[in-house]
Order: sequence, then C-alpha cells, then structure tokens
Amino acid sequence: MANNVPVSININGTPREAEVPPRTLLVHFLREDLGLTGTHVGCDTSQCGACTVIVDGKSAKSCTIFAVQADGCEVTTIEGIGSDGNLHAVQEGFWEEHGLQCGYCTPGMIISGVTLLNENKNPSEQEIREGISGNFCRCTGYQHIVSAIQYAAKKG
Amino acid sequence: MSVVTPKMIGSRVKRREDPRLIQGLATYVDDIKLPGMLHLAFRRSDIAHGIIKNIDVSKAQAMPGVQLVITGAELKEFLPPMPIGTPFPSPDHYSVAVDRVRYQGEPIAVVVASDRYLARDAADAIVIEMETLPAVMDTERSMTGQPTVIHPDFPNNLAVPYVPGGTGFDAVAGTVDNTAVDKAFAEADFVLSQRMLNQRLAPTPMEPRGVVAHYEPGKDHLTIWSSTQNPHILKTFIAALTGTPDNQVRAIAPEVGGGFGCKINIYGEDYVAAALSKKLGKPLKWIEDRSEAFMTTIHGRDIIGYVDIAGKNDGTVTGLKIKLIADIGAYNMILTAAIPTLTMLMLNGTYNIPAIRAELTEVFTNKMPTDAYRGAGRPEGTYFVERGMDMVARHLNMDPAEVKRKNFIQPDQFPFATQMGAVYDSGDYEKALDLALKNANWEGMKRERDAARAQGRIVGVGLAFYVEVCGLGPSASLPTGGWEYSSVTVERSGKITATTGSSPHGQGNETTFSQMLGDQFGIPMDDVTILHGDTGVVKQGIGTFGSRSQAVGGTVLMKAGDKVKDKMAKFAAAMMNPNEEMDTSDMVFEGGRIYAKGSPGTSIGFGEVAAFAYVPVPLPAGLDPGLSDSAFWEPANNTYPFGCHIAMLEIDRDTGEPKLLKMVAVDDCGTVINPMIVEGQVHGGLAQGIGQAMIEEVVYDEDGQLLTGSFMDYAIPRATDFPWFELDKTVTPTPVNPLGAKGVGEAGTLGSTPCIVNAAVDALSPFGVKHIDMMLRPEKLWRIINEGGQA
Repeated sequence: MANNVPVSININGTPREAEVPPRTLLVHFLREDLGLTGTHVGCDTSQCGACTVIVDGKSAKSCTIFAVQADGCEVTTIEGIGSDGNLHAVQEGFWEEHGLQCGYCTPGMIISGVTLLNENKNPSEQEIREGISGNFCRCTGYQHIVSAIQYAAKKG
Repeated sequence: MSVVTPKMIGSRVKRREDPRLIQGLATYVDDIKLPGMLHLAFRRSDIAHGIIKNIDVSKAQAMPGVQLVITGAELKEFLPPMPIGTPFPSPDHYSVAVDRVRYQGEPIAVVVASDRYLARDAADAIVIEMETLPAVMDTERSMTGQPTVIHPDFPNNLAVPYVPGGTGFDAVAGTVDNTAVDKAFAEADFVLSQRMLNQRLAPTPMEPRGVVAHYEPGKDHLTIWSSTQNPHILKTFIAALTGTPDNQVRAIAPEVGGGFGCKINIYGEDYVAAALSKKLGKPLKWIEDRSEAFMTTIHGRDIIGYVDIAGKNDGTVTGLKIKLIADIGAYNMILTAAIPTLTMLMLNGTYNIPAIRAELTEVFTNKMPTDAYRGAGRPEGTYFVERGMDMVARHLNMDPAEVKRKNFIQPDQFPFATQMGAVYDSGDYEKALDLALKNANWEGMKRERDAARAQGRIVGVGLAFYVEVCGLGPSASLPTGGWEYSSVTVERSGKITATTGSSPHGQGNETTFSQMLGDQFGIPMDDVTILHGDTGVVKQGIGTFGSRSQAVGGTVLMKAGDKVKDKMAKFAAAMMNPNEEMDTSDMVFEGGRIYAKGSPGTSIGFGEVAAFAYVPVPLPAGLDPGLSDSAFWEPANNTYPFGCHIAMLEIDRDTGEPKLLKMVAVDDCGTVINPMIVEGQVHGGLAQGIGQAMIEEVVYDEDGQLLTGSFMDYAIPRATDFPWFELDKTVTPTPVNPLGAKGVGEAGTLGSTPCIVNAAVDALSPFGVKHIDMMLRPEKLWRIINEGGQA
C-alpha cells in the first residue's frame, strides 16, 4: 500500500488539510473524512451525477476525481450552497416547484443547476435540459426540475 | 367518521421533507457511522451457471484489516435459505451460494474488514475455481429443459408449470371450461394473433441498496438500518432467519433514495449483515455499488405474451386468449412468482370483453430473479391488452379511440366483476378518454401526422388506456397482510405526533399526512409531525408499495385520528360544561379551537384541552387521561385507478432514432390530497414507462454475461429525452375507503408504454409494420425503414 499523501483543499470556504491514501476518491474524502454526506454516490462509472460538486468554478463529478487531484483547488459542495433562511435561489426553486422526490440526486442536480445559471443567466427549456443531462433522476421525470431552475433564473 | 373540513386537503402544499433534502442534510443509510463499524464486501460469481470446485481464502484472510472471510458453505451452518412470500414451490435459495451459482453476480464469499477499500481488495484476492455449466438464457428454450436444468427438482425449468385464469375457470374446483371462449372465437369476424415481449428492466433507484446491522451482545438486540420500502416486513424476515426474537429486532428505514419495488425485497446481503453482526458482535455496513445493483438487485417485467384477440367488424372485441411465459430468473425472491399473476388479473383492461382465457407459465433461467418493479405485473398486462386493442383498430381501419369507446365498461356497470376475478370499484372511462382527446387535440394530431408524412417524415400517433389494481389490499391479496397501522398523539402542547406504517421513499407522506391531520383537527399542518420507517417508533406496519400509501395508510391515519378526536371532544365538553353531559358528536375542531356546532362564540383552545387531558383535575367522569390512540385497518377491496395516455413520435429516417414529440396524460386516482405531489408521481411514472418503450432493456449474452452492467450500457432517461408532459385529471372517488383515494404511484408506467409503441407502429405502418417489440432500438427501426419488412 502506498503511503498517505497530503492534500490541501479549500472546501466551502474553509481550508482543509489531511493525509489520505492516494487512491481515495474525492467523494469519499468529502463523505468519510470530512463528514460532508450531502454529496452522494449513485454509480461507479461517472454517469449519474449524484456526486456533482463545484471545483474551481466548474461542476465536476467527485467520484471521478482523486482527492489528491483536487489539491490546491476550491471545492463547493451542497453544504456550501445555501442554508436555512439563506437558501440559494436554485434550492428555493426545487422546494417551490417540487423538483425532488426521494432527494438522492438532488444535491448533485442543484449543483448542476447553480453552475448552469452561473454560465447562462436565462436558459431556455432545452438549455436547462441539456445543462442537467449529466445528472440522472429516476423519480421526477425532470419536468419539475426544469421548472425549479426556471424559477431560480426568473428570481435572478 | 367525522367530517373533515377541506382546507389543506387538495392544496398544492410545498413538501415538509424538502428542507433537509435540498441542503444535503438528510441521512441515507451510507451516511450512518457507528463506533467500531466494519465493512462487508461480497465476492461474486463471474459466470452465470457453474459448480463451485474450490474457494481459497488464505490470501484474503492474511490481508491487514481483514477480520473475517466466510463462504456460503460456512454461512449455511447458521443462516437458513431465504424465505419467500408466495405459495408456489421454490428451490432453496441461500444468501450466499453454497455449491453452485445460478446467475452472474451471485455471492460466493463474504469479507469483513475495517475499511471499505480493504474489504474490496480482500474480496478480489479470494481465488475461486469453478466448473462452468451451460447457461440457460432463452426463455422458451428453457421450458424444454435446454440446454440444461437449473434446479434438479424443477423439470424443464418450470418454476410454475401452469396457472389458468379467465372465463369458465373455477378457482375452487381448479377446472377450466372453454365453452364460452371457444364460442367467441368460432363466431368472430376476425382473430388477430401476435407474440409480444415485455422486456426485462432494471429498477435503478438512484440510491443503491445498503444495510447497517448492529447487534448488541449484552442486550441480545439487533438494530438494522436498510434502504427498504417496508421496515416492518424486513424486521419480521430478519428476525426469523437469524433466530432473533422479533421483539429484539428493530428495523429502520432512514432516508431512502427511491425504491420502485426493488426495495420491497429482503436480500442476501441484509441477512448476511445481520447474521455476521450477531456473530462478531460488531456493527457492519454494506453499500451496493451500481455495478452490483445491475447484477444483483431484482429485475422487472420479462414476460412473453402470445395474444389472440377476436372481434366483430363493427369494432366489438368478443374474445381474448393470452398465453403468458414469465422468465423469472434463477430463483424466487419474496414476490417473484406472484407478479405475473397480477399481469393475468389485469387482462380485462377497461373493456367489457365477455370471454377471456389466460394461461401462465413461469420459467427459471440463469438471470437475476425478477420481482416487483413499478407497476409490478400490471404494466405488462396493460401492454398486451392495449397493443391488442390497437391491432384491432388498425385491422378495421378504425380510430383507436372509437374501438375503446365501443368496448368500455360503462359507469353504471360498477362495481364490475371481470373475467379475471377482479371487482373494479368505480370508473368513468369515457370521460377520461374525451378529456385526453380534447387536451391532445387528437384530430389535429392526426392531421399533423399526415402533413408530416406528406413531407416524407416518419411520424406516428398512439393512444392507450389503462386500469390498474392499487391500494393493496385485503389481507387475502397480500401474504404479509393487507392492512396498515397508524397512531395519533395530541401532545401536551397541542401539537400532534403521528406514526404510520407506510414507509415513504420520495412519496411525500410527511406532507400529505400532515395536511390530512391538520384539517381533521383544525390546526396548522406545521403543528403535525409524521414519524415513519422505524419499527421501534411505529409499532406495526406493512409498508409502501402497490400504490397503497394514501388509500390504505391515509385511511388508517384518519381512523386513528378519529379515535383521539372523539376523546378530545369529550375533554373539551367537560371543560366547557363541567356539570352537565354534552353531546360531543358534533363538536367542531376549527382554527385551533373546539366548539359545539352552532356555538363558535363559546369555544375553547385546542392547546388548552390538550394540556388539561394530561393533568385532568378533576378527571371528567368516564374518561382516562391522555390523548393517544392507534388503529389498524384493511380495505375490503383493492382500488382501480385508470387513465388515458396519448403520444406523438417521430423516427429519423437516416438514423432510425425515435423522438417523442408530445405526451398527454389524463389520470384518475380518485381524491387528490396534494395535486403537486400527484403530478410528480405521474411525471415519474411516465418517465419510466417511456423509458421502457424507448431505451431501457436488460441484456444478457448467450453465456449469461450481463451486457447492460452499468449506466453506460443500460439507458435510463435523461432530461433531454422528454417533451413537456401535458397532464390533466378526472376525479372518480373510490367507495372502498372513506377518503375516496385510489393511488397514483405506478399509474404513469401503465398507459405510456403501449401508447408509445402504438405510436411507433403507426409511424412505421407505411412500411407494413403491424407490431414491434420494445425497446425501440434505432438500429431495429433503421432496418425496418431501410431494409423493409417486419421488425
């Protein structure tokens, strides 16, 4: 077994330092080492997007990145998006428009919605559908998720 | 029952579940960490069928962090075969294979280690020697015992050799009289025949399965957290198989990330986690990888229908014969063998077909077992009937809507006893059909199709109707019992805590049940807390499946509420008039106050009565302290929701790729508690039904290797696959429960699938196509377009 290696990642605005086995996936580092369990694992081939986080401003699937690859990066997880009383407009949209059922894909889906709106303030329905096409949802049929992101876009 | 003033019921109320879910604060099973917790990994069979010759665990056992490596033969010493919930004979099925494997992914050995990565390393280090046997993969060849027999006690791989049903079948005597069916076919103007496949699917909830088992030796107590739809059933089965008294087992369904039927089952991994936690006295965790899920979580559907449909030239359908062959995979799981019987039950559809003969055979193959997947048998039945009805329309050159209209069961015929032994509760099918035709602009759609065709485009329109059996059910229809349980407590503060045996995993019952109790007690729904999914908190229960939460769980919630409300009314009366006995039957609970009907001026606060009930000085005559009660209830019949789905589809001439252009749905699930949640259920059901028609299929190769073993190869729909769904509803309450609610969880999967295939057949009809099997693989469509002829 290779020796642990140091990583230094700014997560949700807080610098975090740790020594981890080099094969540790970023998602497992977030979940197991830091207790940030809002980021989920839904597959093992990078399709489902449940593990989506923001790395240096871009959405990324944290099951496809080793923790050491995020060394020196800024990472935002669902826990850093918004909180009670101060929800992000996309979170609010998901609540208002019933954009979730079981909630498992929701953190990743919200992250994709946030990064989409960062890049395109006023996306069309088709652009929203394409923007979240890297995220699977098995419950909603996506329609209310589209509405949720439209809600957030309208709120600006 | 007392009258519920409609306030929150029927409103689009935002969900109470959402704040924790949108912030990533919910606790799913993989989020649970216990001190000293160890991790399980399963070494699985790489081949579909073979004999275990040798297992060498020495290398794995010597790895650092490994606590235990155990084989199926060793586990067998203290873990019996897994129980099933159906009355059919069944071969022994051990949690971990003992001497022979019968599907790819079947567990062979188990590792317990201090870390998830180490457990996986050690599982990979186990060396297994296998003798490969021929894989039995073709459903119909399997029935002849070819290429081999999977279970020696089941000749010709017949799991269930023959189940008849329909007209002239006497269930008690077990006899079949074919007179009526033969006559219908002899006198028919036409008989249309078609073999159809309702293909194998993978349920794929976004959260895979997972379990944490914690046995506490000093207490002889086992707590098991599992991603399950029914913790009470889990508790019962785990207790029985691990030899733990059921009053020493607590099962908890934490946040559950979707189920769609596949989390009804109790799987080998659950039993192994419980048994090994008991053996080691340590908490154990196992979380399924998605690759494991495709191989080892139950599949759905996989049933062949040989359909013969007979009719008159005016469009009247006079007879139906369906031979069903279900490919159930390698073993029976809890409900496996019963699911195809639900297919039989629905073969009357929404039509007054006077003569039906159904015959069912279930066969073993070297595939993952099938079991309940959203709709569980009913989408399959609906598909066969609705494809048949569409074939009739096409044969007669009639509009499919008119063929349906001509054959519908009429509103005044309910309750309607079908040829298949069901008694439909209520329905107004024509009303839903007319609304769907109007919303879709059906005539306009047909003109649009014709105009597109004139331009050389390949466009089709499709329509399907469905009825399904929901709200399961009387205990006679469920081996677990068909009731549900609830308790309601008015706390000292005047807030309400209720428990329910329904165990939601996305259905939003914390919201709908709060709406109901808020209205029932005349208090804000925010003052109600709904507890579920924990057998230590909810004393009894069945669980969430078969679209039963509202119809059965909602009804028993109100029944428990009524008991508490009656007592609270007596306390209120005693407080208002200590010296005289009041008639409390018409006390009104409204706006946080309680008063006698007609005298709102002399009301008393809800909270005051609650406080008094717990310190009743003086104790009113005939009353005991406290405000808490519970209820069990089971319906006398199932419910039968229905609806109409309409689609328009285009196929790309150059690539064969189908694209869904329009999807219109009218669903009738009886009384609606929260329209927003009902819409969400329909959307999700449509998505899965469309997924089946267009892009989903579990595929094994001829050696039993799963070719669709990841999301790279098994396609579940993405957001870009759908047009905007256009929804509407009719409301035909059921008389089966006082709410009038029928259930809606599975509805969307019933109509959408045949509706889309009907549209595809319509699109390809200029090429001579009369039927096409799912899924609508572009290659298959391209060949029809470019090489001509049948699919």
